[in-house]
Amino acid sequence: MITFEFVNVLMGLMMAGVAIVNLRDRTSVKRYNNAAFWGLYAVTFLAGSYLSNFINGLVVIAMVLVMAIGKLGGPPPEASTRAQREASAVKWGNRLFIPALTIPAVTLLGTLTLKRFSINGAPLVDARQVTLISLGLATIVALIVGMLMLRPPLRAPMVEARRLMDAVSWAAVLPQMLAALGAMFALAGVGPVVAGIIERWIPLHTALAVVATYTIGMALFTIIMGNAFAAFPVMTAGIGLPLIVHQFGGNVVIMAAIGMVSGFCGTLMTPMAANFNIVPVALLELPDENAVIKVQIPTGILLLAANTAIMYAFVFR
Amino acid sequence: MLPLIGILVVIVGFALRVNPLTVVTAAALVTGLAAHRSPVEVIAAFGKAFVDSRSVPVVWLALPVIGLLESAGLKERARMVISRIHAATTGRLLLAYLALRQLTSALGLTSLGGHPQMVRPLVAPMAEAAAENRFGELPERTRFRIRAHAAAVDNIGLFFGEDIFIAIGSILLIRGFLEQSGYHVEPASLAAWAIPTAVCAFIIHGTRLVLLDRSLEAEAKRAERPRE
Repeated sequence: MITFEFVNVLMGLMMAGVAIVNLRDRTSVKRYNNAAFWGLYAVTFLAGSYLSNFINGLVVIAMVLVMAIGKLGGPPPEASTRAQREASAVKWGNRLFIPALTIPAVTLLGTLTLKRFSINGAPLVDARQVTLISLGLATIVALIVGMLMLRPPLRAPMVEARRLMDAVSWAAVLPQMLAALGAMFALAGVGPVVAGIIERWIPLHTALAVVATYTIGMALFTIIMGNAFAAFPVMTAGIGLPLIVHQFGGNVVIMAAIGMVSGFCGTLMTPMAANFNIVPVALLELPDENAVIKVQIPTGILLLAANTAIMYAFVFR
Repeated sequence: MLPLIGILVVIVGFALRVNPLTVVTAAALVTGLAAHRSPVEVIAAFGKAFVDSRSVPVVWLALPVIGLLESAGLKERARMVISRIHAATTGRLLLAYLALRQLTSALGLTSLGGHPQMVRPLVAPMAEAAAENRFGELPERTRFRIRAHAAAVDNIGLFFGEDIFIAIGSILLIRGFLEQSGYHVEPASLAAWAIPTAVCAFIIHGTRLVLLDRSLEAEAKRAERPRE
């Protein structure tokens, strides 16, 4: 059976490749630091499932220390000039989109079909991870299509991956680190403490106050945690169920559905949701770290107000 | 109150502009220590939490092929395609992508978008090219603003589309949580109640995209005036 370990191996090989390209780049001043950072990251993918939790923890801390103390170098300059790329774009035409669109197409196909296949009665893929496994397969198919079409040197994909990974740099690891922080918050019982504070300090005598506290609380708690999934159980157990549903007789489905999307409004407004708000800043080479958040804040606030109004209008019917 | 010390570390660290990866790592370790665990236990719990979250960075697997195509002129091609469509403006293009992203996410096809696969190589260069068509060479500030909008549209389309799909993580989480609390709810009714918010999101952000076109136009006019 193909399990998620397959994706881990792919990620590990890619990160190891990025480390090796860095190591061999004599023009890069920080090549040892970058190679150590991506090399240690590769270890967490290739060996993470077999090492003890304590050793994994040390590997990750070593990675962060390399970055914090040694600092990482930026990406190398692009090997091709703009004129060269424009000439190539004219030459290849819209065929250039084929490998790029192969990724979503094969991911979709795999997600829909792979679950049905089995070998000697055993399923071909782990059904719970089918989307991510399909995505992994899709990137391989797309790379093969791209290589056959463009016929670049064999090392080109790794050289290009290194250029892009070094452009994104530490931000590539931040979303995963935030997920780990969420797990540590859960371990320490952060959620119930925050819910307790809200209950103690906010007057909740009217239905509107309760609804607004729940939606705005979902957004604020998401801003702190970076993830509406972390905020939902806490706010719903603390305010949604006891006050909106029990005390004021609200509808549990409407409360829960709109509560969750109120949390998503918070996701639009926080650097803690790094994969949505910080990673694109690095990917699009924007100088202002908060550029994406600044664009999203007006929509986030207006939509939060709309959610509060929708919930208030329908939840008590 | 002690468990909240990690949140304090995050707020102070971000405010002082310490590297976010350092801040979050420190917050995770401090939170573990605040839960009265020994340092060895904390490092082990942290290592487990990190390794258990390895599905988060999977999108990076697209980079070798995206980088390869970029060096063969993918971004330039995306610009050329848009420069032929004269009706294309930055706002309209992003509006179309918003609608597409919301609709495909509502069908569960969340992997059709994303910043590394779609926004960097295709959506952002197209949005920039649409503005260049109308106003010529753009100042860097405008260029950055358009790119930030391209990234935002991908997020907003995803967040306020995916919840309409019944088998998405958030719906399953809501259902699982309510089940534990003694309420049985149907995923389909949860998904249906995500629709009003999805419509509001499209109206609110769509209006802002139309206004973006006007603001880009006003900016271009202002930039022209001193030259005359």
